[in-house]
Amino acid sequence: MSLLQEYFNDRNKVVKNLKLIFWTACALSLLIGFYGWFVRIVDGHIKANYGSIVTWGLWVAGYIYFIGLSAGSFLVSSLVYVFNYKKFERIGKLAVFTALVTLLMALLSIWADLGHMGRAWHVIVFPNFKSPMAWMIYLYSLYMLLIAVEIYFLLRYDFATGANNSTFKGKIYKLLSLGSKDSTEESKQRDKKVVKRLATAGIPIAILFHGGVGALFGVVSARPHWHSGLFPILFLLSALVSGGALLTLISSIFQQGWSKNKGVIIELGKMVLALLLLDVLFQVSEFLVAYRGGIPGHTAGFDLVLSGPYAWVFWGWQGLIGTVIPILLLIFPTRKSPLWVALAGLLIAAGIFGLRLNIVIPGLAVEEIHGLTSAIYSHRVDPHYFPSISEWALTMGIVGFGMLLFGLGEYFLPKHEEKT
Amino acid sequence: MTKKKTKTTPTQRDGDMSAKDAGKNISPEEAYSFSPVDRKRAISLIGAAIGLGAISTIISRIVPPPAVPEGDGTIRNLPQLKSGGTEGNSDNLIRMQNELRRAMAKPMESRRWLMVIDTRKCVGCHACTVACMAENRLPPGVVYRPVITDQQGRYPRQITRFFPRPCMQCDNPSCVPVCPVRATWKRPDGVVIVDYDKCIGCRYCLTACPYGARTSDFGSYYTEHTPEIQPYEQQPTNEYNKSWSREDHGSPVGNARKCHFCLHRLEQGLLPQCVSTCIGRANYFGDANDATSLAAEMARSGNQVRLLEEKGTKPSVIYLV
Repeated sequence: MSLLQEYFNDRNKVVKNLKLIFWTACALSLLIGFYGWFVRIVDGHIKANYGSIVTWGLWVAGYIYFIGLSAGSFLVSSLVYVFNYKKFERIGKLAVFTALVTLLMALLSIWADLGHMGRAWHVIVFPNFKSPMAWMIYLYSLYMLLIAVEIYFLLRYDFATGANNSTFKGKIYKLLSLGSKDSTEESKQRDKKVVKRLATAGIPIAILFHGGVGALFGVVSARPHWHSGLFPILFLLSALVSGGALLTLISSIFQQGWSKNKGVIIELGKMVLALLLLDVLFQVSEFLVAYRGGIPGHTAGFDLVLSGPYAWVFWGWQGLIGTVIPILLLIFPTRKSPLWVALAGLLIAAGIFGLRLNIVIPGLAVEEIHGLTSAIYSHRVDPHYFPSISEWALTMGIVGFGMLLFGLGEYFLPKHEEKT
Repeated sequence: MTKKKTKTTPTQRDGDMSAKDAGKNISPEEAYSFSPVDRKRAISLIGAAIGLGAISTIISRIVPPPAVPEGDGTIRNLPQLKSGGTEGNSDNLIRMQNELRRAMAKPMESRRWLMVIDTRKCVGCHACTVACMAENRLPPGVVYRPVITDQQGRYPRQITRFFPRPCMQCDNPSCVPVCPVRATWKRPDGVVIVDYDKCIGCRYCLTACPYGARTSDFGSYYTEHTPEIQPYEQQPTNEYNKSWSREDHGSPVGNARKCHFCLHRLEQGLLPQCVSTCIGRANYFGDANDATSLAAEMARSGNQVRLLEEKGTKPSVIYLV
């Protein structure tokens, strides 16, 4: 016990070891990911397990998860840049950066899911605006552009001042500053105004595009499990919960970690708890309406969630790990300790992935017409789905890629100063 | 084996000899005992057979076979069947074929394809499923027209019904508006088609179809884990009057695929393969705008249902029950 205490007292050692763990995990994930991407590029979809009944699998669940993280963390950052919420100011830039990284992860995930990856540009050139998917694509393209510009204006001053340095970092800054050398106080104020405008425009876009992802599922009347007016809103709520939760975790690791960001983490914990409880309320409502209505087509998906072969995703992953334990951690006195709150954040962020899986797969794993899957003998026409090894590997690779971007960002990007 | 069918008792089934002698009514002792005369005859018979075989092999090597089989009994010289002429309405299939050619002479906008399936005539042989797979060279997991078995009641008070399920070619299709890249649409003649070159393979249309009528081509072959992938699987498919090769993940691999009422056959004046091949003649296919056509006539039956009408898709496939 005393050894452990001694260990934690030596903060440098802890940070060093944590960094080692972080980079090892990152390298391992990337290595596994290379296998997944290799299989995806060479064999196409042959090694993936989804088919024509469960048309979307792990990669689509990963997509809506990552994109939810992005929308969620962007909306948290807007508290700082639009509503001037001082308590989160320390992590404002970190939140926008998180939004960009998770958005890139989401796009990678959905890109791999396409039958023809080389035709991804069709979605921009031949859009069909009757399709919620086309709306979503246009909105997140706009959103990506907006975040990129916002990040530039957030960091431009730091780049411009850092560019004078002749170190390697200085050269990177010079490159990232895009030639801007203006390091006056006025330019800083101008940047601030631009950021405020961009962040304000970003709020409706983030709400529209993530609500649009929910609508993409909600409008499909052929899949009664999704076909509910609550769906787009449930997506938004889950996005806010997961984004906030991820930020508690990230701000305990990056930007000087938990010791400096204590206030932010605890404040974020309160916000996440409230949102999570609201999210649970919405989900309970979905279950109650479905079961009281009792239409077999409508309850089939919920039956799979509650008692199907992967009910453990609901009870264990999403329910216990992602909801019950973190709620307890955020209610009991542990809520005052940044490390416990960060742990709750980790659990919630992981739990929401279970929720995303439980949206995509049980909604699809019901044959459209009774007897269809016994009429065709093929594992592609089968309501049973579990992701294949290469599917997991590819998703691991995307996680590794995200970690790499975070690690590089931590190393290269300017940190938040004590007083702005 | 060109063995004639004879009445065989279970004890006689194990040997060819017993089957040959079945008509003669010989006792078992006689059948299995060999006299010296029998042995001599057997040896000479075997010798003659070997000799004949050798000679015929040599002749067949020297004399080339005729390039095109000719003469009585070959498929080219089959007699015209008197019972079913190719003219007029003598037969449902011939009538439908004539109506089809008449409809094809019209501009595309003024014809509207319709399929009527009489479930009372369907015997559940799955010939249409298989014929469709052969016609369109469908890989594993891609099926345009499965036959769904529906059981009502419990044995012995039970009935089994069969529902072949082609694409419903809906008038208000739910698969078309969801496509993000306009790669699928409804033609003026009522057929919902997919542009394989444009489709990105997002599979949104698969999720949106309430009939499960679309399947995705994931690029596998039936013979892929055998010593070689058979050439008949690698032949290009002629869907939409084009030649599509699946080699190197080329379209239609990675695309959504569906029944298109065999548009490439209609262009040639032929009925869809499932209609031609149905042994129960349970399918009626024709132009809904031609009131005199057989399909339109059948579509006026009182005992008709359409699948999942409550989804508002307005299917063009009608079931008679």
